[in-house]
Amino acid sequence: MTTATAPSVTARPPQAYKSDYKPIWCPGCGDYSVLSAFTKAFAALELAPEQIAVVSGIGCSSRIPAYVTSYGFHGVHGRALAAATGLKVARPDLTVVAAGGDGDGYSIGGNHFLHACRRNVDLTYVVMDNHVYGMTKGQPSPTTEPDWVSKLSPAGTGLRVFHPLVVALAAGANFIARGFSGDPNGLAALLMEAIRAPGFSFVEVLSPCVTYRPEQREWKGQVRPAPVGPTDDAARAARRLLTDDGFNIGVLYRGSRKPFQPPVGKGAARVAELEKAFEL
Amino acid sequence: MSPRKAATKADAVSRRKARPRLRVVKPARRVAPSGPTTRELMAHAYALELEAAERYAEFAEAMEAHNNREVAELFRKLARIEHRHAEQILEETGWTKPPAPPSTGYRWEGLEAPETADFTALHYLMQPYHALVIALHNERRAHKFFQSLAASATSDKVRRDAEAMAAEEAEHVRLIEAWMTRTPPPEAGWDHDPDPPRNVD
Amino acid sequence: MTDRRGMPRTTVSLAVCGSGGAGVMTAGNMLLDAAARAGWYGLMVRSSGPQIRGGEAAALLRFAPHPIDCLDDRFDALIAIDWQNIHRFADEIPLDGASLIVADPDQGAPPGAYLACGARCVNLPLKRLAKAIPGSWPNMVALGLAAELIGVPADAVKHVVTRSLKKAGDTLAASLAAIDAGAKAAGEIGAGLALAPPPARNASRWLISGNEAAGLGAIRGGVRFVAAYPITPATELLEWLAPALPKVGGVLVQAEDELASINMAIGASYGGVPALTATAGPGLALMTEALGLSVAAEVPIVVVDVMRGGPSTGIPAKSEQSDVSIALWGLHGDAPRIVVAPNSVADCLTTTQWAVQLAEHLQAPAIVLSDQFLGQARAVADRPAEVAFIGERLTAPARTEGYRRYAITDSGISPMAIPGTPGLAYTADGLEHNERGIPSSGAGDHRAQLAKRERKLVAHDYGGQWADVEGRGELAVVTFGSCTGAVREALVRARADGIDTRLVSMRLLAPARPKLLAAVLDGVERVLVVEQNHGGQFFRYLRAEFELPREVASCRHPGPLPIRPDEVYRHVVEWSRR
Repeated sequence: MTTATAPSVTARPPQAYKSDYKPIWCPGCGDYSVLSAFTKAFAALELAPEQIAVVSGIGCSSRIPAYVTSYGFHGVHGRALAAATGLKVARPDLTVVAAGGDGDGYSIGGNHFLHACRRNVDLTYVVMDNHVYGMTKGQPSPTTEPDWVSKLSPAGTGLRVFHPLVVALAAGANFIARGFSGDPNGLAALLMEAIRAPGFSFVEVLSPCVTYRPEQREWKGQVRPAPVGPTDDAARAARRLLTDDGFNIGVLYRGSRKPFQPPVGKGAARVAELEKAFEL
Repeated sequence: MSPRKAATKADAVSRRKARPRLRVVKPARRVAPSGPTTRELMAHAYALELEAAERYAEFAEAMEAHNNREVAELFRKLARIEHRHAEQILEETGWTKPPAPPSTGYRWEGLEAPETADFTALHYLMQPYHALVIALHNERRAHKFFQSLAASATSDKVRRDAEAMAAEEAEHVRLIEAWMTRTPPPEAGWDHDPDPPRNVD
Repeated sequence: MTDRRGMPRTTVSLAVCGSGGAGVMTAGNMLLDAAARAGWYGLMVRSSGPQIRGGEAAALLRFAPHPIDCLDDRFDALIAIDWQNIHRFADEIPLDGASLIVADPDQGAPPGAYLACGARCVNLPLKRLAKAIPGSWPNMVALGLAAELIGVPADAVKHVVTRSLKKAGDTLAASLAAIDAGAKAAGEIGAGLALAPPPARNASRWLISGNEAAGLGAIRGGVRFVAAYPITPATELLEWLAPALPKVGGVLVQAEDELASINMAIGASYGGVPALTATAGPGLALMTEALGLSVAAEVPIVVVDVMRGGPSTGIPAKSEQSDVSIALWGLHGDAPRIVVAPNSVADCLTTTQWAVQLAEHLQAPAIVLSDQFLGQARAVADRPAEVAFIGERLTAPARTEGYRRYAITDSGISPMAIPGTPGLAYTADGLEHNERGIPSSGAGDHRAQLAKRERKLVAHDYGGQWADVEGRGELAVVTFGSCTGAVREALVRARADGIDTRLVSMRLLAPARPKLLAAVLDGVERVLVVEQNHGGQFFRYLRAEFELPREVASCRHPGPLPIRPDEVYRHVVEWSRR
């Protein structure tokens, strides 16, 4: 076995995973750090760029596939998980990472989110949560506070916020974590664990929007490492997540569900054998 | 693998110009497991400069994409300077290639290396002076980092090495401060933008 | 001042460009406001890079003493606060040898793309001029310059600036001084771009965007429930309605996606409240299933589609007329629906209002094909007339004996029971049904209901609103939507050349009214169909569903560039010579 410190022949620096295409995110956006964490995680896992596929929907954070050198799929709004599921089931050899924002993932993508957790396909879903629809100029998202005023909600939404980690647990996600863009190294470590973990790994990343939610600068003073380690007991995780204040960082739940396995035959039958049933 | 002294004194002088010289000698043996070794110290120093360089390069790209050419150029310059610092550490230690990370990982005081700027410090309309404020903050943090290492060093040798690194960082602080005196302070209303944000997707 | 062919120029086109923080849009909007205040008509369109903040931006403006509905073939002047990435707008800001570029020499040379046309280039150190007045900005100098170049009085500009600047005191005084500085510099340029005097004011005028106009039209028509999901370029329509609706007793709910918003609106409408949602191509694609439900269950609904570059995610911030096919054909089954298209910024009000009236009266879905150009342009328009397009649903009186929701009638319209009305309870259904609304797979019921739903649309008298018909000639140009303005101007030029043409700008695209079009094409031998898309969607539709003369040609190209008057003019001239 090689020593931990000796780089293997397949090691690439994180820079090798950054494409030449420069992000158009506003300077100060948390997504830059998430991109940095992606490249660090891919580098540390020593994955060949061509073996990775990043699948996204529509929104600022969904632009991320173009900024990495892996294969990418910039699909339609809210359907990243569906496309990612299809890709991973058809091509189980690939490392599939779905990415997007809170609007894309929890609003229009909500239904697919539920069922991706339930289906437990071996992929990783990273949501860059900034509590706003950024790309369409600042409307509330499901994680927006009920009293946040915007043009589309002049009196605030008045709605209870969506709790994605609770929903993920209830729906059957196998790995649930929360990260923070202000800690790219910690986030890279989380992403590595998430990618390595079998089944559906969900990482919600607090990633401030400098343009529409400048007050989210305060997040760096509010986040903390989760006070307890991850649990594999769903009931215990449920109690913790239901009282979670949204700022506990780290892996919060690590289950042991077997990843989705479609019924797979040997594949050796010839088509002619299928026709036998019709023969008179 | 232990670090080796740089080549001839003359070469070292010509490379480093008129700056305090870091004397690195092969340690006799590793001392207590709790304090860093010289090797670990220098690995941290190298990683610190390299990460700073990479971060400044990313900043330059972000500013370029937002038509802030002047600040983009300044960040590119800072990136070059940090790269040079990283190269100098290789020269001083005699390492032929970048060191691998310590097996226990880097021990920074914060979330990232002390000289690595925070992404959230950017503003699309920021001025060169702001960029230097960021750089100054980073260099001061790096200085403090090495001072802390010196204070907690468990061997005289490592303490002296850490103090020497701190002195280097102090020099960097002075250079940035001097640079700032040559840079105009931000104009009033530097962040004035009467146009609202745009929707693009 | 005359144009290339010696015709008196009555309009002036001017662009202002610059990058992040330059305040180009603000300056452009203020210039439009000032010109409007001083009596002129005008139009402003915005263009910008892909960044949300700090990107390159261009304000494209056109002014005249008469209403304007389109951009011209060229720009008379381009004022550049700086040149960072401004080369990206070269296609959208066509210049020629008669154009003027005013640029800050401290910001670098103009890109080759702009100089190549031979425009006259004048240096003006906008930033230095602004710096000389502490507290002022280059865009204010540019504003003063632009206003003076085209002859908008400084008073009007200063009034607008004073009203909009929140901070009084120093900043205001500085901005006003900057405007003076810009005006003074304009005087020294001698550009000869002064507008013809504005008309003596008699019409009441508005300054409005197409999205706002559509929102207001919806309210005028009676809409009191809106479900909203943001999408470029329709979001502003919904954002305008969000505070406006509650003021008139209505309500807007933000939905989780377009599937939810269309179904929410249909639910509200089933409850008796006229309902609407607004979206763009990708959202309309999601809504098609529910629109079929609206057809089958005969529940009125209005969807405004602010068209953008397609297909799929396409070009979100640019205009195109490529949702014609999905609007006309995009529902599964035999599902007749109403499709209308406003043909100017002001018409977004009237036609959306009309759509509400039609949807309510005919108990069917109505799609309003607006587009990004109309939706996001700000225009000075004569106050739209109050029209009697008020949604009126035929409802059933309480306790009607033997009430049948889907009764077969001559008109095809059957009275609708509104929940809460005693004795009339029924279940609205997307399943095919009999006259009582009970699900039925019988051939007789299916044919009867299909015929009813078709008949009610086809038998209706749509009145004069179905199209704008102007002029007479052997050659007709048929178009719709935002192309109308450019076509109209082209035909004015053609008339000056002695070529008489008829313009037909169709507002009612579906149901097809072949007899109406045939009547207005009587005597016409050649038809030119103009549209802004690649596949000729409108052209194919006309060929398939209408009676056309022997010779039909298509003048089209996709977005992001608009159809310009000269393109249509050249087509018409070339064709009339054959």
